[in-house]
Amino acid sequence: MPYETAYTNQGFNLVGSRVNRPDGIDKVTGRAKYGADVNAAGQLVAKVLRSPHAHALIKKIDTSKAAKLPGVKAIVTGDDFPDHTGGNRSMMDILENCMARGRALYDGHAVAAVAAIDGETADKALKLIKVTYKKLPHVTDVDAAMAEGAPIIHDWVRTAGVQPAPTTASNVAQRSEFGHGDVEAGFAQADIVVEKTFKTEQTHQGYIEPHACLAQLGPDGSGELWVTTQGHFTFRNVCSTLLGLDVAKLKVTSSEIGGGFGGKTHVWTEPVALQLSRKANRPVKLVMTRDEVFRASGPTSSTSIDVKIGAKKNGRITAATAELRYQSGAFPGMWAMFGAMTSFACYDLKNVKSVGYDVLVNRPKVAAYRAPSAPMAAFGVESVMDMLAAELGMDAVEFRIKNAAKKGTKASYGPIYGPIGIGPTLQAVKDHPHMKRRLGKNQGRGMACGFWFNFGGQTCTDLNIGVDGSVNLTVGTVDVGGSRASLALIAAEELGIDYDQVRVTIGDTNSLGHNDTTEGSRGTFSSGMATIFAARNAIEVLKQRAAATWDIPVDQVVWEAGEARAKGKQNSNLPPLTLKEIAAKSPRTGGPIAGHNEVVADGAGVSFASHLVDVEVDPETGSTRVLRYTVIQDAGKAIHPDYVEGQFQGGAAQGIGWALNEEYIYGDDGCLQNPGFLDYRIPVCSDLPFIDTQILEIPNPNHPYGVRGVGETSIVPPLAAIGNAVSNAVGVRMNHVPMSPPRILKAIEDAAG
Amino acid sequence: MNGVTVSTTVNGDAVQFVCPPSESLLDVLRNRLNLTGVKEGCGTGDCGACSITLDGRLVCACLVLGAEAEGREVGTVEGMSENGELHPLQVQFIENAALQCGICTPGFLVAAKALLERNPNPTEEEIRYGLAGNLCRCTGYDKIVRAVQAAAKIMRKGRKS
Repeated sequence: MPYETAYTNQGFNLVGSRVNRPDGIDKVTGRAKYGADVNAAGQLVAKVLRSPHAHALIKKIDTSKAAKLPGVKAIVTGDDFPDHTGGNRSMMDILENCMARGRALYDGHAVAAVAAIDGETADKALKLIKVTYKKLPHVTDVDAAMAEGAPIIHDWVRTAGVQPAPTTASNVAQRSEFGHGDVEAGFAQADIVVEKTFKTEQTHQGYIEPHACLAQLGPDGSGELWVTTQGHFTFRNVCSTLLGLDVAKLKVTSSEIGGGFGGKTHVWTEPVALQLSRKANRPVKLVMTRDEVFRASGPTSSTSIDVKIGAKKNGRITAATAELRYQSGAFPGMWAMFGAMTSFACYDLKNVKSVGYDVLVNRPKVAAYRAPSAPMAAFGVESVMDMLAAELGMDAVEFRIKNAAKKGTKASYGPIYGPIGIGPTLQAVKDHPHMKRRLGKNQGRGMACGFWFNFGGQTCTDLNIGVDGSVNLTVGTVDVGGSRASLALIAAEELGIDYDQVRVTIGDTNSLGHNDTTEGSRGTFSSGMATIFAARNAIEVLKQRAAATWDIPVDQVVWEAGEARAKGKQNSNLPPLTLKEIAAKSPRTGGPIAGHNEVVADGAGVSFASHLVDVEVDPETGSTRVLRYTVIQDAGKAIHPDYVEGQFQGGAAQGIGWALNEEYIYGDDGCLQNPGFLDYRIPVCSDLPFIDTQILEIPNPNHPYGVRGVGETSIVPPLAAIGNAVSNAVGVRMNHVPMSPPRILKAIEDAAG
Repeated sequence: MNGVTVSTTVNGDAVQFVCPPSESLLDVLRNRLNLTGVKEGCGTGDCGACSITLDGRLVCACLVLGAEAEGREVGTVEGMSENGELHPLQVQFIENAALQCGICTPGFLVAAKALLERNPNPTEEEIRYGLAGNLCRCTGYDKIVRAVQAAAKIMRKGRKS
């Protein structure tokens, strides 16, 4: 049954409370099963051989010696993956990324894989595989890849989005442009124009759990895959397409997921594990090492960005432009487009233009990373906003308030905004006690704003009421950070029962209809919406059962506070029937009671945040310490405030790491020099202060409870907020993240001349 | 396989296993003893997901050989609950929402327990440096530090009574 999705401003009994999560005990006792935590009888262990070169022709792969090693049961190379993609280029890109086809495109690109009786044997077998490479010229820097004469990554790529269509190959896969108005006329009206170029280095999502799966594929084309993923339904579709299987015959179960942040929305080794299993006809377990995770999965784009903003003396922006160059690794992506779309989304601009260039380089295929592409664009734009405010002699917060987008603003990427939170978050920054904290020597304060679209998508949910009145809720989105608690709260709220009476399970692909990947901050938004509707469908059944029990028309029955009540004076002798009582009678009143819902959860409300940070920079070492950090974000409605705060804090911490430490470092040979947590240093506990949070609730008009996605926006402002704080502390504008100690020292020394 | 026979104690129980001399204690615990609460995040001692205690000392199981467990006492997250009761740290991690994905949680719990045994009343800074060997990518550590503070307080009260 379709339901109205509009926000109704209803009151809540349970939603908004801080209950304990249902999977808590499993996770504090070590019982919870993640990707690498299951085994099958007779399983083999798989390992992957990876290219040591940034770019090379694969002239020959000799597996004969490895195949003869006792205990080796299957070996695959690119030749073992026939093309089932039917001309779908993006599917072929995924396949080629999983296993090289004649050419290694980056350091770490898979060239062969082995399944053997144990890991030791598989490792020995990898050493016996002889690959003959012919090294090719490589390029890893985004600007160098766009320059004349750069080595071309794919000779079939023509720049999309330019007229007339190019006839020669380029590393620019796509140009995308957004905006409105006349920027030239706008700049002509400006009293002050600030223009600056920025660079951001490549970072990794850094989930602590490496990719892992247990694959079983039989000669009949039926299989099962246990895998750590953000989207088991999508994994099923992609693996089926790449391997020529029927979707219905591949059952994919998502394990508990040890972090994803976008990096587990893509397949990396799963098709390889399935193909090895098909060849050996035995279960195959494949777990990536941390080195492989860094070299061959995940990372976000490194970028190079020009931003120009002009304003009148009164503080109104007259025009803004950005050119954003994002590398997407060795395969085309949509990352520059997202950068161009998000760059000016916080502001109400008459004349605005942003142009994105998606650039191919010899680095791993770029994956989504939490509000993908937005943090880098915000670094450029929010830095220039601060520079411009300083030139105008205006307070940085006031300047932003004056130009903030509001309800009715035409967004720089197209749509007209409904009610949004950018203005309120800025006002909250202005009023926050953090603003009044005094700064000492070598200390600086910075702030910045951030935006993310959020996503809804296809969602399918089942709610089943047991004979004792307890409830099983089965959802198809993955629980990445406590969503089972939120969804149980929603189901209990709708049914009018206790939170503890609801048990939420993540269904496998054979238990539910298709669910889109858990991305775009959609878990609680979309599965929450489907849960509301599934519960309302179950309530219709409960009402019918009560009506039948009382022998009155169902339109005389209402559902209130967890019980069916008979309306009207003629029914005043009928005592209410609780959910428990109706459930107990269900075997005799028509059988099981259930509610189901499938929905395309449109209307994910856009999300805005403003962050405020104080830092201290050691002028001798260039080392930066975060002293105080405050996140203010619009959640629409916080279903479970603890886990909303957790998203705010976690995103901020990832942004802090990106701003100050984290970067992929490539040598002249095009090989990654720091594929490990020792040299790719993510923030540790002693690096951070408590991260203060303030949740604003500006209801999303397109969700019954007003929910907006909350997971991603929090990583958008930190690069710029810290950039502004560091710049204020040292008196030099920082334009390159991470602002590592050597970079800060160099900036100070350069400024001193 | 030229296996080594090892007799050790794991979470208070006597255990025997055979493993190759090169096999890490982490692989032994996970693959031979089925203690998969001990997680592998890096295999190089950088992330702390495989934190265990060896004769009471906090170590990364990935940096210890299985053979080195001979005659020692190994403690893992699976041994934290006693008499069917969760350890106060386990309770406070749930109460304070100190986990999101939970993959780092076993390591944090073992490390925090070792910390509080050494120092029952740590300052915030001592907690932060005490847990600096454990990586968490989800939480920003805020709620983890608060959970450890809450558990330490409860444990100190428990000692007095």
